[in-house]
Order: sequence, then structure tokens, then C-alpha cells
Amino acid sequence: MRFKDVFSIIGPAMVGPSSSHTAGAARIGRAARQLLGEMPQKAEVIFYGSFAATYQGHGTDRAIAGGLLDFPTDDLRLPDSIGIAEQDGMDISFRQGAGLFPHPNTVRLRLAGSGGELTLTGISIGGGNIEIVEIDDFSVKLSGMYPTVLIHHMDYLGVLASVTDTMRRGQVNIGHMSLDRKNRSGAALTVLELDEMLAPELLSELEALPAVKSVKLIHLDESPKEEKGKGKTS
Amino acid sequence: MNFQTLSQLANLAEERALSIGALMVEEQSAESGRSAEHEFAKMKEYYGVMKEAVRRGMQENTTSRSGLTGLDAQRVGAYNAENESCLGGPASQAMAYALAVSEVNASMGRIIATPTAGSCGIIPGVFLSCQERFGWDDDVMTYGLFAAGAIGYVIANNSFVSGAEGGCQAEVGSAIGMAAGALTELRGGTPVQAVHAVGLALKNTLGLICDPVGGLVEIPCIVRNGFGAVTALAAADMALAGVRSVIPSDEVIKVMLEVGSAMPEKHRETAGGGLAQTPTGRKIMEDLRQRRK
Repeated sequence: MRFKDVFSIIGPAMVGPSSSHTAGAARIGRAARQLLGEMPQKAEVIFYGSFAATYQGHGTDRAIAGGLLDFPTDDLRLPDSIGIAEQDGMDISFRQGAGLFPHPNTVRLRLAGSGGELTLTGISIGGGNIEIVEIDDFSVKLSGMYPTVLIHHMDYLGVLASVTDTMRRGQVNIGHMSLDRKNRSGAALTVLELDEMLAPELLSELEALPAVKSVKLIHLDESPKEEKGKGKTS
Repeated sequence: MNFQTLSQLANLAEERALSIGALMVEEQSAESGRSAEHEFAKMKEYYGVMKEAVRRGMQENTTSRSGLTGLDAQRVGAYNAENESCLGGPASQAMAYALAVSEVNASMGRIIATPTAGSCGIIPGVFLSCQERFGWDDDVMTYGLFAAGAIGYVIANNSFVSGAEGGCQAEVGSAIGMAAGALTELRGGTPVQAVHAVGLALKNTLGLICDPVGGLVEIPCIVRNGFGAVTALAAADMALAGVRSVIPSDEVIKVMLEVGSAMPEKHRETAGGGLAQTPTGRKIMEDLRQRRK
């Protein structure tokens, strides 16, 4: 099922004008921000398809910038996010991409921070719902609807068993899972979408596993709150 | 969710002797692992955002950044106050409220995507106008939103709800179907009648292309939300009167998928065809491009 629950249909609460081109784009940007673990110093944003044709009118560029600032979809600062990003020292650029792309609403992000780099491809499938389909040249499939753990590891026998065993001992249920590897016994990325957030001690356990290189989290918590953002609406 | 089609949804509701809305509260709670109370409260907050969007759209300046749209809801409201409208008061009110929310959206205000931002006016327009008219409380309206969500869940997973994938039929069409089915239930219709309302409504928007002028969610999106609210009222009335969708609603959803998949890219939210490429549409786009420089 592409759409998982009632709030993927009624929702999100968001700043207009487009759920796919604004809210979905903001979520993709925010997922990338969380994966990078910091505000990017440099962000190259490449739009494809309908995103490329209409991103200025839909505020897709502002939405991506807002996401990279970790703003939720209904943050009233979103319309002014490019200026805020630049003030905060982010070097952000936007362009239209060429070549093949997986969905009419596709964006590729190339990010660089003080601690590392990240490439990510996201698609916006409607109503603000997204899929991240590529991270650092690994094929992945994640929606951002659930707390998500991304484990960079080596493709050795038993790594997955150790990971799932850690989850079992921590009583955390795995809803969706994907694994991709660059080559046999090479670098691999496992993505777990969980029914609840991982406790810090479980995270440390995962990081301590022999073949694991790094563990990252995405959690796009968007429970409605009273007033978010200091910017005024137009 | 324990249903994938509208007929399964209606059967499940009747088996468990629940309204579609009440059934969806239970199903949502089971899916999310959070309590029914928590999920209900979240949806009720969303309804509050919808009400605020209607209020803003009817009272505040909603001129969009492009300057192309805004304040049409207030024009309709003022006209309704001073004239006997062709539609009659309640339907005119639903239309005005739907325009109001869509104009708030176009001016980068806060709305709830239902199912998308491009179609965000229809459900609030129908819901708020009917709430005022029939005296329902917010809890009743919240169950109505769960019913609309259940219907939209089936449409989205069997077809699509984005203009870039399936044209405007997937956005405005889906929203009309959701509003019509939910309103049928709120007015005392059975789950089967609610499902008929969905099919009746969807048939009326099959083939509608997504051709936003300048790529903006303004022209023709905003007025289509106004029309959509009126159509939803009509579909609910037909279903409540006993009119059936002879082609079952689930089959109509499949037609939406077929038609949308066959739609050329220029008619799927790229501003490459339709109203966007009329002489006037092109001129507006060129003006916007010049202004951005």
C-alpha cells in the first residue's frame, strides 16, 4: 500500500500551495537534513519532471530549503526559508536536471556539511506523501511516515541477524525493511522503518556491531501544535 | 487497514455495525499503534485548522504572491448576503468556504491537505457549511473526516491522488468523492449509500486534466474547489435519495487510474498544456518570469 493511514489522506497540516510540490518537498529536505545530522553548508538541489517545470510557482525551492532547516510542513517560516538559510550560512543552489528520473516529482540533493557529504533522491507521490528512493547511490525505499533507522554496514554474513536480534531484545517491531549493497562483501545500506522510536541504548548497540559503520535516524514528527514559526503569513 | 476496496469498506462497517467514520477510527488506531482517543484528537485539531482557514479566507486578504487570485470567496460571500443566489443559500455558502480555503492555500497560508493542497477547499467547504446549517458538533465533524479519509485511502491506493500522476480528477475528483461519501453518512445514509455517492461523484470528474496557469495552484484550481463543493452536495443528495452508481464505485476508481495513466504529460501538472498554454496563460507565465528576474 503506497498510502498507509488516514493522515496520509487527511493531512498533513501544511503551508500552501501544493501538497506534492511544497509539503512533500519540505519532507524530503527534512529527511535529508536529519540524515546529514546538521544543517548543510552547501546544498545543490536538482529538480526533475513537474518539479523542474513548476518549482518556482509552487515554492518547491523554498520548501526544500525549509526542510534543510528542519522545519515541519506547517511552519509559517517556510515562505521565507531561502533567505533564512542564506543568513544561516547555507550555500544553496537550484537547477533543472537532465536524464532519466523515477517519478514526475523527483528531486536530487547533494549536501555537504562539516561532518560529511550526502546524496539523496526523493519523490513526492501525492498529498504530501514521499518516498526516498536513493541515498549515497544505494537504492532504498522509505516513506518518512515511521521512525527510520539507516545502517551503513559491510555485506557480511549475519549482520542482518544481529540487527534484527537487537530489535527483538529491545521490543521494537520492524514494519518495513530494505537492503542494498554495492557489491558482494562490499558496502551495504539497510533501512528499517519501525513502529516506535529507537531508545538511545539500542542505537549504541547497533553502532557497536562489528560490521556496522554508522547508524542514522530519520524521524519526521509532525503532530499538530498551536503556533509554529515566527514568520507572519502573507 | 482491513479493507482495500470501497465494497469491502461498506461490508466491514455493516458487519461491525459501525459508521464508516467510527470504523476508520478503530482501523487507524490499530495501524498506528496509538490510542483511538489520540488519533481522534489529532483529527479534531486538523478540523480546527480547517475552520481557521475558512475564517481567514472569508475575512483577511488572500491575494496570492503572484497577484493573480484572491478575495473571490469574499466576493461570493458579499453577493450571497445581498442577493438570492442561483444555487440557493447553503450551496452558495459551501462554495464560498471552499474558495476561501483554496485562496488561503494559494497565499501560502496554513491548510490541511485533503487529500492534496490543490483540492484542500472542498472538504472544509462542505463540512463547515453543513455544520452551521445542521448544528453538528465538532466530534460529529471529526468522525466525518475519518469517513472521508477511509474513502480517500481506497482511492489513493487503487488509483492516485496527485495531479502530476493522474490529472485534476485525482485531486479535485477524489476530494469531491470523499466529501460526498462522508456527507451522505453524516446525513444518515448507510455505508452502501455513502459508497454510491463516491462513485456518482467520481464519474463527474473523470478525465479532468491538471493544467495550472504558470504552474501555480491558482488558476483553475481555486474555482474548481468552489465547483467541487457544490458537486459533492449534489452527489450526497442523489445517494440519499436512493440513486445508485450502476458502475460500482470501485470500478469507477479503476477507470480514473486508466484515464490518468493515459493522460499526456502536458496535462499532468507541468503547465505544458491546457489552460496553461492558452495565449493568455502563456502571457501570464511570461509576465511572472519577467517579474522574477
